Amino acid sequence: MTSQAESRARFGVPADAMVFARSVRKSYGSLDVLKGIDLIVPKGSVACIIGPSGSGKSTFLRCINHLEQLTGGVLLVDGEFVGYDLRDGKLYEVKDSLLCKRRADIGMVFQSFNLFSHMTVMENLIEAPTRVRGMSVAEAKASAEVLLARVGLSDKAGRYPRELSGGQQQRVAIARALAMNPKVLLFDEPTSALDPELVGEVLQVMRDLAESGMTMVVVTHEIGFAREVGDDLIFMDEGVIVERGEPREVIANPQSARTREFLSRVL
Amino acid sequence: MSLVEPKNTTGLPLDLPVEELVVVPRRRYGIWIGIAIAMLFAFFIGKAFATNPAFDWGTAANYLFHPSIMRGLGKTLLLTVVIMAAAIVIGTIIAIMRVSPSAVLQTFASAYVWFFRGVPALIQLIFWFNLSLLFRTASLSIPGVGTIFSVNTNDFMTPFVSAVVALSLCEAGYLAEIIRAGIKSVPHGQFEAASGLGMSYRQILRRIILPQAMRFIVPPTGNEAISLLKMTSLVTFIAVDDLFYTAQSIYARTFETIPLLIVVAFWYLFVVTVMSIGQHFLERYYGRSDRRQENPLIRLLQSLLGSRKGSVQS
Ligand SMILES: Nc1ncnc2c1ncn2[C@@H]1O[C@H](COP(=O)(O)OP(=O)(O)OP(=O)(O)O)[C@@H](O)[C@H]1O
Ligand SMILES: [Mg+2]
Repeated sequence: MTSQAESRARFGVPADAMVFARSVRKSYGSLDVLKGIDLIVPKGSVACIIGPSGSGKSTFLRCINHLEQLTGGVLLVDGEFVGYDLRDGKLYEVKDSLLCKRRADIGMVFQSFNLFSHMTVMENLIEAPTRVRGMSVAEAKASAEVLLARVGLSDKAGRYPRELSGGQQQRVAIARALAMNPKVLLFDEPTSALDPELVGEVLQVMRDLAESGMTMVVVTHEIGFAREVGDDLIFMDEGVIVERGEPREVIANPQSARTREFLSRVL
Repeated sequence: MSLVEPKNTTGLPLDLPVEELVVVPRRRYGIWIGIAIAMLFAFFIGKAFATNPAFDWGTAANYLFHPSIMRGLGKTLLLTVVIMAAAIVIGTIIAIMRVSPSAVLQTFASAYVWFFRGVPALIQLIFWFNLSLLFRTASLSIPGVGTIFSVNTNDFMTPFVSAVVALSLCEAGYLAEIIRAGIKSVPHGQFEAASGLGMSYRQILRRIILPQAMRFIVPPTGNEAISLLKMTSLVTFIAVDDLFYTAQSIYARTFETIPLLIVVAFWYLFVVTVMSIGQHFLERYYGRSDRRQENPLIRLLQSLLGSRKGSVQS
């Protein structure tokens, strides 16, 4: 039995689950940041996570692509542990090369863009496809051009990141993540570092992505975006999921007092 | 394009004579006094150099391209290049160990830097030169297999090799610190973004971190190369025939001490100048992703005259 099949059978992972989290815990020393997260993000759906600062939203995203190691619980992406293989009921840490290969399938977009500042836009886009996936430069460039057109930045291919506005940089960062053809895209407050008038262009790109069927987990403060685009709205506080449901439903009619209080502050 | 009539919003008449005002600069007496004193000094020093027969400019000029001086200069340059190259390799390895997640590697690297930066270069030099006192032979033997090779220490620890080994190890200690600081100056987000894309630790270091660290590494490394060039004059102590040693052996015979020191100083200054120009272009290359509009001539002059302004761009 493959590791993937064994995991699916053992934890009862639904066939359509892209992200599957079960009692996910994470602590830094004595600080418990995640205290048992249960969550399923189905393939092709958009999950939006909201919550106050320090509630563990970023930490949870970073656990999904194994930038952080779990303290406890199970976290599977497409039915597979990212950093481990399950064999005969034991978790074996995988080789670095396999970890890299699996991470490449999980795209991440950061609040601070994190474009490689010594590379042009085009170089940013072809770096990982050529180095990690072994694509030829010509092939990678061709698909990078398609992606740049998709985020509306075809004319910026030769620019360095610092020559672009924040909104443009973030759109390049999204294109860079897409260049790896990921199974799922994680967004950590992608518009929080942007001037208000630049937020719209980035949200538009994300909206188009959602429509194209990309599975997305989005940590955001844009309640409007969550309501319109999200299939699920998850409210996190102090390391637990306090409330989860259909976005319109949660926003219009929050069940918990904490959700109500948080929404009243951000709306 | 439509031309918009300028609208007067001040309520004052528009034809006030603004352009005709003359600006009278503030008097800067301090600066003029400073210049006068500096010129006076320059005059006396220049006069002393030109008229004191001890300087003997004619003799200095005769020795400037003397074949032994040229050979010595060549040896000095060779030493600098070889030592710098070795030190960059060793220093990079030590720096990577220092930022690695392994506590053992970190400790080893810190100990290395502590020792090789702490002991004076001259002492390290003489130590390596005298290595044969400690180990008569260097041999590799594997238990059960026997001796693979064995050589007499004195046969390979020539003065030149001792100089290269000693000064590379010493210089690597300084470079390791420079490179580590450069690596640390690259924002952590770059590392995370690259890991998120599935790049391996090696790829991230080589492709993402080190190239960005270069902007912070090149300027102080240029300074290190320049001070290394001068530091190689220490090899005179173990009789490597570099520029300074050659000059010394000439004036030991002819007693033309000052002219030969002038020749030596001239060549060191000349090489340092050339190195500064090289450093300037390296800095431009590694700063290309954030070049501002700037006058290249002014930047060149700044870097020649040692002004560090603008060399570490943020
Ligand atoms: N590497 C770390 N070491 C120690 N503590 C950490 C580390 N990373 C995060 N934390 C702590 O974990 C908690 C949750 O952090 P996290 O970044 O996940 O919050 P967040 O919900 O994303 O908040 P924000 O909205 O401000 O981004 C915080 O208290 C933070 O101080
Ligand atoms: Mg966060």
